[in-house]
Amino acid sequence: MTTIDDEALPKAGAGPKSRNPANRLLALGSVLRAGAVFILLGLMVIGFTYAEPAFINIGNLMSILQAVSVVAILGAGVTVTLAVGGFDLSIGAVAASSVMAASYAMIVLHLDAFATVPLVLAFGAAIGLVNAFLIVRLRVPDLLATLAMMFLLSGLQLIPTAGRSISAGLVLPDGSKATGAYDPAFLLIGRYSLFNTLPVSVVLMAVAAIVLFVLTERTRIGRLLFATGGNEVATRLAGASTTRLKTLAYVISGTLAALGGIVIAARVGRGDVSSGGSLLMDSVAAALIGFAVLNLRRPNVLGTIAGAVFVGVLLNGLTMLNAPYYTQDFVKGAVLVGALALTYGLGRNTDR
Amino acid sequence: MPLLHVENITRSFGSTRALAGAYFSIERGEIVALMGANGAGKSTLVNILSGVLAADGGTISLNDRLFSPRTPSEAGKAGVVTVHQSTDLVGAAGLTVADALLLHRFAERGTPFFVSRASVRRQARAMLDAAGFSLPLEGDFGDLTAADRQLVAIARALANKADLLILDEPTASLSADESRRLFDILLSLRAQGLAILYISHRTADLEAIADRALVMRGGRVVGSFNRPIDFSSAIETMIGRRLEAARPDARPATGPAVFEMRDIRLLPASAPFDLTLHEGEVVAITGVLGAGKSRLLSAIFGVKGLASGEMRLDGRSYRPKSAADAIAASVAMAAEDRHRSSLMPVAWPGNSLAATISLPHLSKWYPHGLLLGGRERCEAEQAISRLGIKAAGPLASVWTLSGGNQQKTVIARWEAEPSRLLLLDEPFQGVDVGARHDIIQAIRARTDRATLIATSDPEEAYEVADRILTIDRHTLLPVVTNVASSSAIQGLSA
Repeated sequence: MTTIDDEALPKAGAGPKSRNPANRLLALGSVLRAGAVFILLGLMVIGFTYAEPAFINIGNLMSILQAVSVVAILGAGVTVTLAVGGFDLSIGAVAASSVMAASYAMIVLHLDAFATVPLVLAFGAAIGLVNAFLIVRLRVPDLLATLAMMFLLSGLQLIPTAGRSISAGLVLPDGSKATGAYDPAFLLIGRYSLFNTLPVSVVLMAVAAIVLFVLTERTRIGRLLFATGGNEVATRLAGASTTRLKTLAYVISGTLAALGGIVIAARVGRGDVSSGGSLLMDSVAAALIGFAVLNLRRPNVLGTIAGAVFVGVLLNGLTMLNAPYYTQDFVKGAVLVGALALTYGLGRNTDR
Repeated sequence: MPLLHVENITRSFGSTRALAGAYFSIERGEIVALMGANGAGKSTLVNILSGVLAADGGTISLNDRLFSPRTPSEAGKAGVVTVHQSTDLVGAAGLTVADALLLHRFAERGTPFFVSRASVRRQARAMLDAAGFSLPLEGDFGDLTAADRQLVAIARALANKADLLILDEPTASLSADESRRLFDILLSLRAQGLAILYISHRTADLEAIADRALVMRGGRVVGSFNRPIDFSSAIETMIGRRLEAARPDARPATGPAVFEMRDIRLLPASAPFDLTLHEGEVVAITGVLGAGKSRLLSAIFGVKGLASGEMRLDGRSYRPKSAADAIAASVAMAAEDRHRSSLMPVAWPGNSLAATISLPHLSKWYPHGLLLGGRERCEAEQAISRLGIKAAGPLASVWTLSGGNQQKTVIARWEAEPSRLLLLDEPFQGVDVGARHDIIQAIRARTDRATLIATSDPEEAYEVADRILTIDRHTLLPVVTNVASSSAIQGLSA
């Protein structure tokens, strides 16, 4: 901890002064670290474009964003739970069961898109409430509670269909055939592009990102969410209800996971029992890479979105350069390790 | 030749000189009390002797050999063993008492990889016999009373063949009987030739066992009092002025009653007491650690429940169920240990000076939810100039501030909105003398509320308050010291 002496006190608002070369180097270093993810992103785009000019097509860029939209939306939820000092491991399972729930609602229950979407979002919010109940009321540690919820949901989603994937003409456990079908309006969420360029899922990602960014960084609720994660005792002694704030965080996380599930269902057009396998890992990775963005060293929504896009661009470029698919997880892991090392290892010396 | 001889020892933290050249020595078979107000340098001295901190300069010799331990275990090997205030660090629930006694042995390289329960019990028994204690060896460490944990720590210290035993507030969490038992043990240890350096705020303890009292002030040992120890002059030496000196700005408690407590029991078993606080009055509650100061303040703030009794605020019934209730009723509390109770971590949102001040007032200052407009910045600027907070600006991180300025920020938080009753729990912890003066002035400048301050340091109580109350075993003692008129010694030395 540094202590300011009266004499050495810098004037209010003064930025890092570059009086000597060493200081200037330090300042440059911190600027580089703050923008590292964006600089690397720019370099990657240039590099991939140079190697494969088709990379820079607006269509390809949009497909990258579309591919990362679900991870980014889920990652934003993870970010909010990280902000309150929690962790939501159930988001992948919530998204997967939301795919099943949406398919079941339309194919078996014959609901249309306007009933299905609110129903699935409510499902996600309800899971968030259950998580919050376990964590806040029963005081189960967050990792354990949401891990248990993850197991529960991965099993629960199999029960209504006796383990079968849901598509039109599904044979139900009682032997009858489901007669419903996906609502075409619902499919638009995953497949329609505004002006033929901007996919709806990318719009959803952007809206979720902006709303959550404003909520977490620019409102008093956001300040209190972070305060809960930063020092729960202090937040309670300041008169805020940390139980309500934590509940809010898990409900937001569950709802966003359900939204991610809706996007997947609308893209795939069926309820696959195996969907959403790597979602949890990918979105947690995006949130953690987000720590490095702007060198904030804390969960932040903007960083999470940037992290998801970063990984998406890297994977898309490598795929175009014919990197085999099985290297993908390795690449993601390497990016995560690099980002965390950058944030915690290199950034440490300068601020003391 | 003395056992321990300390010469011109110095240690600074940044610009603060915690030890400014301390000289003293301790003989074998002597119990020496170390007295001093907060910030006098006691804990720094103890930390240097126990190998936690290194001295900047000066020499220490032990048994005629140079002594400069780099770690607590080096100090232990040389013969200086320290039993710290929080004895729960000695062992952990789930360990048996025998395991806890031998914990340090398990960590030594010479210990065999496999240890049988029988050999553990045998060695533990031998340790207890050597020290002359009786403890249930097979019992769970977590079930031991604070006093017995202290004994575990002392037994471990003695097994290391200590020459000098340092006890830091050993009776803070002990009952009277337990303290007496500990004193008997300490006296028998002294008879065996052990030297004991005993740190305590409890004058009664020191009276019971100390052969000599060393008084520290401003990082130096400023006085040594031999038996029979004259405690009033020792305390005067400790605070550096005469006790009878009346406070110039003293106010009689004539304002209307703001806050009343009737037949309060903090714990079901504790004796009931009453308390009335008047407008414009600053009241300090002193008492040793664990006497119930924090519990009393937490109960008033709605964080902990009362066993029984009634509270009234401005004549109306007041029963807060949470901090939020208390704040809504215009009761504010800056809790003990500001790092844990008030501040956000480094590099986390809300760690700026302005955000630290605004945390409890966000919904009042930003009713629409969005953090727009410079309200918190503006309030922070006012606080900076009013309390003289030394900071780079309202958006500076609180972690760039010194302890005193952090504490000023926390006080500014609770003064940002008017309150009827301000509760301050140990507001001068880790606060240097200059900042303490500023804080006291700021607290005393306000006459529109009642202020209740809990502090374990009599000097601080004397400096800040109009009235000093003493709490012991969770009940307020009937002796009330009026700082303005009477000699404060009874209240101070309880």
